[in-house]
Amino acid sequence: MSDISPTPPSFRHLLGIEGLSAPDITEILDLSDKYVAQNRQVDKKRSILGGRTQINLFFETSTRTRTSFELAGKRLGADVINMTATASAIKKGETLIDTAATLNAMHPDTLVVRHPHSGAVALLSQKMDCSVINAGDGSHEHPTQALLDALTIRRRLGHLHGLTVAICGDILHSRVARSNIMLLGIMGAHVRAIAPPTLLPGQMDRMGVEVFHNMEEGLADADIVMMLRLQNERMNGAYVPSTREYYHFFGLDRAKLSKAKPEALIMHPGPMNRGVEIDSELADDINRSVIREQVEMGVAVRMAVLDLLSRHATNQPPIGPTDTLAGDGA
Amino acid sequence: MSVVAYTNARLIDPASGLDCIGALVTEDGKITELGPEVCKDGAPEGAEIIDCGGRILCPGLIDMRVFVGEPGAEHKETLASASQAAAAGGVTCIIVQPNTEPVIDDVALVEYIKRQARDKASVRIHPMAAITRGLEGQQMAELGLMAEADAVAFTDADRVIADAQVMRRVLSYASAFNLLICHYPEEPSLAGRGVMNSGEIAMRLGLPGIPTQAETIMVERDLRLVEMTGGRYHAACLSTAQAIEAMARGKARGLPVSAAAAVHNFAMNEVAVGEYRSFAKTAPPLRSEADRQAVVDGLADGTIDVICSCHDPQDVESKRLPFELAATGIIGLETMLPLALELYHNGALSLLDLLAKMTSRPAELLGLRGGKLAPGAPADLLIFDPNTPWRIDEDGFHSKSKNTPYHGRPVQGRVWRTIVAGKMVYSDT
Repeated sequence: MSDISPTPPSFRHLLGIEGLSAPDITEILDLSDKYVAQNRQVDKKRSILGGRTQINLFFETSTRTRTSFELAGKRLGADVINMTATASAIKKGETLIDTAATLNAMHPDTLVVRHPHSGAVALLSQKMDCSVINAGDGSHEHPTQALLDALTIRRRLGHLHGLTVAICGDILHSRVARSNIMLLGIMGAHVRAIAPPTLLPGQMDRMGVEVFHNMEEGLADADIVMMLRLQNERMNGAYVPSTREYYHFFGLDRAKLSKAKPEALIMHPGPMNRGVEIDSELADDINRSVIREQVEMGVAVRMAVLDLLSRHATNQPPIGPTDTLAGDGA
Repeated sequence: MSVVAYTNARLIDPASGLDCIGALVTEDGKITELGPEVCKDGAPEGAEIIDCGGRILCPGLIDMRVFVGEPGAEHKETLASASQAAAAGGVTCIIVQPNTEPVIDDVALVEYIKRQARDKASVRIHPMAAITRGLEGQQMAELGLMAEADAVAFTDADRVIADAQVMRRVLSYASAFNLLICHYPEEPSLAGRGVMNSGEIAMRLGLPGIPTQAETIMVERDLRLVEMTGGRYHAACLSTAQAIEAMARGKARGLPVSAAAAVHNFAMNEVAVGEYRSFAKTAPPLRSEADRQAVVDGLADGTIDVICSCHDPQDVESKRLPFELAATGIIGLETMLPLALELYHNGALSLLDLLAKMTSRPAELLGLRGGKLAPGAPADLLIFDPNTPWRIDEDGFHSKSKNTPYHGRPVQGRVWRTIVAGKMVYSDT
């Protein structure tokens, strides 16, 4: 990666898409492209992060995101430690701030955090001297998912600007939806939200999103169909009457997909509920579904983010707030 | 199929405001033409001619709130017996409530009601389906799928959705499909064990009362939730001045709301309970005279859109009990028209306005094709004389149950013929 100048990005932590600019996003995606190429080689390992410590702190169970971050860190040469809430002091009643102070004393260089409560990752970042990456906080943000989705789209269609992206499903509880809506908006795509009103926040239109309650109408002429996972416990009559009714009206099948553009791509952040939000055969259709490609892009995007954030601390002591750093370091 | 010409009729169509002497022709179950000039030069060739003798010919009545015991309590009423009672009462379309055994909360059961109705009933029967599974007020039933199976609206019948979050989500979800949510508005924690209106009579009888505020609070809560969600809401029956006032304010704010009143809440007041007459135990309970008058005023000023019978058959065994233990409900299909006509005879409402509340207005709310006299509309007709005096006689009822408090009451206005899809289903002889 010698062709990329080690300029620190304009942000020290990656807490969300909110606050990023179009050039920031473009920089991450450009660097990610290079890591995609690297990851397809036999020798995938680099030593950019050699000697550095990355802690993956997961207060919620996760397989793919945690694995993806772990792999990304290891491929860049970092020492990666996984901490899960069940195995740590958190279950013994330690507060979030105390956990942060404890971890900080161990001098990690990067902390990757997933937490069930919105805003918890930002709170934690205030007590840490290292870079903090939000791997999902409550129903708030999941920035690396939005970035990997953007990378997947950009690599398939060449650009994001002007595309119509339909996001369907449980938008109310989805951090993936919020991050994607923001990122796609920043990059000039038209975003639609399709869901029953019980799964949509009330002020959705304030995020520049066009709202639909009818799948056929919402999918009309869409370039991208982004399906969201609907958790089973939300389909037992609280938000949606049943799995059967949800699939009938909001599940993606060929008939509904036919309203979108003929080449429209199907995305899903995983894990999928086959037969609930998406037809099983459609999810496996290599011509339409880029669901597995998204997983591949995830590792590359996380490598790019780890790489970029590490540039704030190139053999330097812990650094101050972002604003004192702006334009610094080249 | 045969052509029928109804001549020498006073045609009243609330949907268009028509009120004139003329004729109406039907063919193949549909209205083909009507008006003052129709049949002026004789009826169409080969047509059967029915001389209405100057009686009123209007759309058949639509009753939005009918309880039938089928499935589960066929000894009280079947779809067949209810439809005979309806036909005798000039009602050509009944909307049956889902609080049967089993509860109509599934597509298969909606289909079952439709099939039974088609095979056994002489009038049109449309099911309202449950809002929540088992009418338990917790989990939303499959509203969208049941709407596709032709459930005309959704209600938990005589049960209340006490949980505001559940009601919010129901209204919100229903708004995406433009479904009508009918709710029996009564705050259950306030109604408690109450069996009649709270007040002096309940106090003297030593019966637990249901305060009017129980209704008001629930209507006001529901209106706030409608404002929040945009769902279409129908108060299944209003009985109190305060709740009607709340409904009027909600309508003035432009909310997509409507309301009905049960015949018993303007035809009687709480005095009818007398010495523990369980036939006067109803839901909503019979209220004070001031509340009864407010129901009449609400009907007159349009705050209340619909008159329904709240036909609720109960057998003698479940009524001949101490008042607190007796079943709630009275039958009403066969007495709805003459009792509603009291409002016309005493000058509270015009005939057009009164009939609109039992024809065009419910048809609009439920999205039914009937409820109007127009070419192409179904030939569901009622022919009646508004002035014929008679005494209500339970022995003449077609309903399987006889729980009526109106036996012996002198009324004016009597059904002469009831026609469904061009076919005569009732004739007064």
